[in-house]
Amino acid sequence: MLSIRNIVKQYAGHTALSGVSLEVESGQIFGLLGPNGAGKTSLIRIVNQITAPDSGEVFFNGEKLNQSHIERIGYLPEERGLYKKMEIGEQMIYLARLKGLSRDEAIKRLKIWFQKLGMETWWKMKIEELSKGMQQKAQFVATVLHEPDLIILDEPFSGFDPVNAEIIKDEILELNRKGATILFSTHRMESVEELCDAIALLDKSKKILSGKIRDIKNTYRNNIYIIEYTGEKINFNGAQPFELIDEKAGHENDYTIRIKLKAGSDSNEVLQYLIPKTHITRLQEVIPSMNEIFIEQVNKIA
Amino acid sequence: MNKVLLIIQREYITRVRKKAFIIMIFVVPALIIAMGAVIALIAKNSGELSNQQIVEVVDESGVFAGKFHDIKNLKFLNVGQSLTAVKPEVKKDENTSALLISKDYTKNGAVQIYSKKKPGFALTGEIEKQMNDIAISDNMIKHHIDTAIVRSIKSNISISPIEVTDTGDKEANVGAAVGVGIACAVLIYLALFIYGAQVMRGVIEEKTSRIIEVIISSVKPFQLMLGKIIGVGLVGLTQFAAWIVLSVIATKIAGGAFSSPQGGIMGALAVLQTIHFGFVLICFLFYFLTGYLLYSALFAAVGSAVDSETETQQFMFPITLPLLFTYILSVSVLFQAPDSPLAVWLSIIPFTAPVAMMVRLPFGVPGWQLAISMSLMVIGFLFTTYVAAKIYRVGILMYGKKASYKELAKWFFYKE
Repeated sequence: MLSIRNIVKQYAGHTALSGVSLEVESGQIFGLLGPNGAGKTSLIRIVNQITAPDSGEVFFNGEKLNQSHIERIGYLPEERGLYKKMEIGEQMIYLARLKGLSRDEAIKRLKIWFQKLGMETWWKMKIEELSKGMQQKAQFVATVLHEPDLIILDEPFSGFDPVNAEIIKDEILELNRKGATILFSTHRMESVEELCDAIALLDKSKKILSGKIRDIKNTYRNNIYIIEYTGEKINFNGAQPFELIDEKAGHENDYTIRIKLKAGSDSNEVLQYLIPKTHITRLQEVIPSMNEIFIEQVNKIA
Repeated sequence: MNKVLLIIQREYITRVRKKAFIIMIFVVPALIIAMGAVIALIAKNSGELSNQQIVEVVDESGVFAGKFHDIKNLKFLNVGQSLTAVKPEVKKDENTSALLISKDYTKNGAVQIYSKKKPGFALTGEIEKQMNDIAISDNMIKHHIDTAIVRSIKSNISISPIEVTDTGDKEANVGAAVGVGIACAVLIYLALFIYGAQVMRGVIEEKTSRIIEVIISSVKPFQLMLGKIIGVGLVGLTQFAAWIVLSVIATKIAGGAFSSPQGGIMGALAVLQTIHFGFVLICFLFYFLTGYLLYSALFAAVGSAVDSETETQQFMFPITLPLLFTYILSVSVLFQAPDSPLAVWLSIIPFTAPVAMMVRLPFGVPGWQLAISMSLMVIGFLFTTYVAAKIYRVGILMYGKKASYKELAKWFFYKE
């Protein structure tokens, strides 16, 4: 769907992107992660042809990115807004027509969206009469009205209250189910794991990690398990077949320990060692969250 | 190109729909009519007497009695009586005054007029004129000069300037040329500022409302800038067209109301016809359009470089300076010497030409100078648009960065 190859972008004084390559597959929800200033917005602007890269190429469905692709992309920038003095209806028609829709088609689709999101009464209202959340909703509709193949959202959930954020999230998922590819940038990890199929992590103008979420998580498994047991406290004296990371006492005779497997051993060995000694209530592998991976990776570079 | 049309359409319609625009369309011609009416009234009142006046002449010299002739609204009565006998009548009626001519009438203060109200200039002027004529012919008789001959050779001289041109001599009116020249210059000066500033405010609005990035993900920054400039320019043209049409209609109506074929508005219009009006109008439109394109591009660049209107000051000054400079020179010096080297240079340099050339035009400008000036205007606006577009495309995406001239120069050299 979208193939970004070796993009370099320099501004006077600093480098925004140095040799970044990405592959976004059709139908994916792709998360572009990274701390502030990592180059996410610069990359997104290049895909939207707002700026051009110093070197490198972008391919859209196998074609070199050009003006004709603009109408197939929907873009919700991080810095967003609408004309304050213009009526919502007129404004949305205008934005849709700039994306190549006819006036009649724009009106038809707007009516459907307005009904869906409970915005029917807004048509004649001016933006300045709407609350911030309402403006965001309107803006989202403007982004997807021309039914783009690729929807690019820069920090889509910033500025939304939790209720609207949930509505927008559902709409994004539905658009994705209908076939749209979604590329969104964020530095909030909680949304990543539940939404994204694949991610790329940018830091200081470089891509430091990318791939499918499942694959990434597997790479970052580090054989750490949480075990809870009930009974007498066990004294680990180093003879056990695993490393003890820490232990905590809970209610009465409940204890929680975190362990790391020794090389070549597995969780069954741990259980075999423990079962004769106590009553196990839980054993779970600790898979690092995207947040932890993110922080670990960023700190490693720093 | 289709998208530029859409942008032009939006810029035009949102502005034309505004109440302020509609009000302005009617206010300005109304002001012009009001001004015309005031001028017409003043001209009327100072030129002739507005109501019936009676002057009682008490002539102690015996030279003038019976020789005054009545004109419209002014009647002379010869009374043999002394001044004291007439005075009560003067006190009673404010349209009656007494003229006392003492024996030695050539001495200063020897002729006096008594009235309840201070007499107008029209009255005293008419009496002075008649008395001078009477005194001159009286003296001629005294010196045995045949007054019949004098009368036959006496002429009423007023100068009418004739311009010599290739196409034949034509009547010229210096006053009208100055008037039209300055009026056009002022109008262009104001229009460049008003519409240039509208472009700038439009750019700032798009930037501060943060809609800019949404739009330039659909169109190129240059298309947006161009659409805005053309849209606002069309608003300006619409406004001018409406003013011209309304003013013509209004003067036609007002011309009837204040009808006096020579004075007032119709007189002014008659005078205006001594100038190639169509030619001046075409040049006005040309210089308005090219001047507007030249300056509004710069205004757009300024708008893109700042975050709010208050920050525009430092950039506005150098842009407005050449215009302001020419404007001040135009209304003070240029019209007195429309062919001086200064005037010629100013009317050729694109930044000052729109104002300076308008002042010179009614006096007649050599064709080659006009040709150079016009071609430089076109080159000038292409140049400023090119420079402005390069700054604009970077500036509109820059937030919270205080732009300096150094910064602007850097933006100019950014690759896309």
